[in-house]
Amino acid sequence: MSIDRDGRDGNGKPGGRERFRPVDHPNDHFLLTTVVGSYPKPGWLTDVRERHEADGDAVTDDEWTEAVDDASRLITGEHERAGLDVVCDGEMRREEMVEFFARRIGGYEFKGPVKVWGHNYFDKPSVVSEVSYDEPWLREEYEFTADVAERPVKVPITGPYTLATWSFDEVYDDDGALAYALADLINEEVSGLVAAGARYIQIDEPALATTPEDHAIVGECLERIVAGLPDDVRLCLHVCYGDYSQICPEIDDYPIDEFDVELANGDYEQLDVFADADFEHDLGLGVVDAHTPTVEPVAEIEANIRQGLTVVPPEQLTVSPDCGLKILPREVAYAKLENMARAARNVEADLDSGEIDPDALRAEGP
Amino acid sequence: MEHVATTAGLFPLPDAQRERLVNLTGRGTGGLIDGDESADVAAAYDAARERLVATQREAGLDRVVEGHARWDDMLAHPLCVHENVRAGDVVRYYDNNNFYREPVITGPLTEDGDLAADLSAAARLTDRLQAVVPGPYSLTDLARDEQYGSFAALLNGIADFLAGEVAAFPDAVETVFVLEPSLVTSPPADDAHERVRDALDAVNDAIDADVVVHTYWGALGEKLHAHLLDTDVAALGYDLVSAHEECVYLVQEYGTADSVALGVVDGQNTRVEAPETVADRLSWFRESVPVSDFETVYAAPNTELFYLPVRAFEDKLGALAAGVETVRAEVSE
Repeated sequence: MSIDRDGRDGNGKPGGRERFRPVDHPNDHFLLTTVVGSYPKPGWLTDVRERHEADGDAVTDDEWTEAVDDASRLITGEHERAGLDVVCDGEMRREEMVEFFARRIGGYEFKGPVKVWGHNYFDKPSVVSEVSYDEPWLREEYEFTADVAERPVKVPITGPYTLATWSFDEVYDDDGALAYALADLINEEVSGLVAAGARYIQIDEPALATTPEDHAIVGECLERIVAGLPDDVRLCLHVCYGDYSQICPEIDDYPIDEFDVELANGDYEQLDVFADADFEHDLGLGVVDAHTPTVEPVAEIEANIRQGLTVVPPEQLTVSPDCGLKILPREVAYAKLENMARAARNVEADLDSGEIDPDALRAEGP
Repeated sequence: MEHVATTAGLFPLPDAQRERLVNLTGRGTGGLIDGDESADVAAAYDAARERLVATQREAGLDRVVEGHARWDDMLAHPLCVHENVRAGDVVRYYDNNNFYREPVITGPLTEDGDLAADLSAAARLTDRLQAVVPGPYSLTDLARDEQYGSFAALLNGIADFLAGEVAAFPDAVETVFVLEPSLVTSPPADDAHERVRDALDAVNDAIDADVVVHTYWGALGEKLHAHLLDTDVAALGYDLVSAHEECVYLVQEYGTADSVALGVVDGQNTRVEAPETVADRLSWFRESVPVSDFETVYAAPNTELFYLPVRAFEDKLGALAAGVETVRAEVSE
């Protein structure tokens, strides 16, 4: 495997990930391990938040800031202790993936909770005037995390199509128009993050799974997001819980470096979608289920990683959970990540020793 | 021509009961409705019903629905509380960011009176009662079958079940809205159209009230629309919010039932229509179709209303009633 240490991998992609290889990495092969984003919050953080919201004197703004900083430091460290190569802070400053951004984007208003399922509600925001960029959304989160982390930091951002689709749009009256306006704002935000040092950005578009026929809108959004960004910014797109065949091969043309998918939950039934030779992005493969509290044993995760090697070569395979882990008990989330990192290292060793022949796996297919 | 301001039901839970129920049952699937609620939970739903009926009365609607606060699983509710149905995985509800417990049918669907009990409670609160039920095709589409063995047998079984439920409705029910979004979103194959027609007729024949088959999220296919015109239902419903041109085309080309239901308020957007907008949409439809006189025009939101926050939901009911009032004044001039 030829490796260019200045950040280009064997395929010569400037958005490649070889630069994320830890200096003490034990194997020649490198299957980048990372997370999708959210992670269970420490119980005390929820407690402090509720007390802060109920009474600003009982828990002051400064005390709340100290608490989220502590949580961010704690979970970033927890990711590193689990052995991940690229980490984040588990989104300790965020409560919900649309609401967090809608509270920071001009033009949004909250009109009350709406049902998602059963007795679970979310504050679905309404766009009541043209959206605008007023101040950085994630700069503080990124700078703090990057400062406390020993490993490189990835920044997950809810994508413009999901932000648009999961909002009430009272203004734009067009499927794409709101998403495009939001994509321009995300471009501004990402440019700021890049200026602050971020090089690994993940755009989360779960809404695309629901309405795959809008893949062209998401493609145009991504073009707007990458406009003017340096080539060495690694852009990942995460889409979960959908029928991937509906958006392939269209995603082959997206301006991304990595496509991150949830496949462990469906026992890799959709894996053959990515066996197409035209799929040239790196594949971010979900290898632990984010919905089940059963911790997958290392051997099972190794088998899942080998599934990924039936469709892409090792230098194109990133290893991650299916999705954000925030609904799991924290000890379960940690155990899954620890087993995942261990499984990746084991598979790398097997690749190094020749016990796993990736060419043969790909020739056989899923 | 009579104009009737009404809704397709499935309202958002009032704030007080939403919070009360979370405290009583938690947020997991174990806390959801199973037809065997505790006294405290039942009391919360009774309070929700009273509030929702009062909201409709205050808004000035001409038909009042029960509100369906208990329908945790939206249109799948009548199955989810049935003794021969198992709650399956939590799955996506149509193309929305909403989810329901997929009902897995494990035994015969005998009528159980769940809907009638709620309607009887509502009948004590209003004398303008309208029932809402899922259509047999949509309920078939939302369920998983381990009992009937074929689509045809399942559709018949569900139609018989719904007919049994509807037959038990209290006499106070004046109108029954039968919601059939699946006829648009995942339409039956051509060779199943007659079965769907017969299933709807089975429900229609079970009650001596005006039955309105309402569709939304687009327009019906032309052939399927023609088969629905062969039923004996009083009215067909059209979604003028998402597909006004396609719906008008159907009526222009093929006619419609003696009465129509028109979705003229967006059930999935917080932007509250002005009463004039409601009136304009109703007038536009009337002027666009070659029908000189409908018996009744039911003016309604296009969809269920649980997608909205409570305040927007309430404002929309007011706008709808005011818009219909405007049209009544125009028509009588």
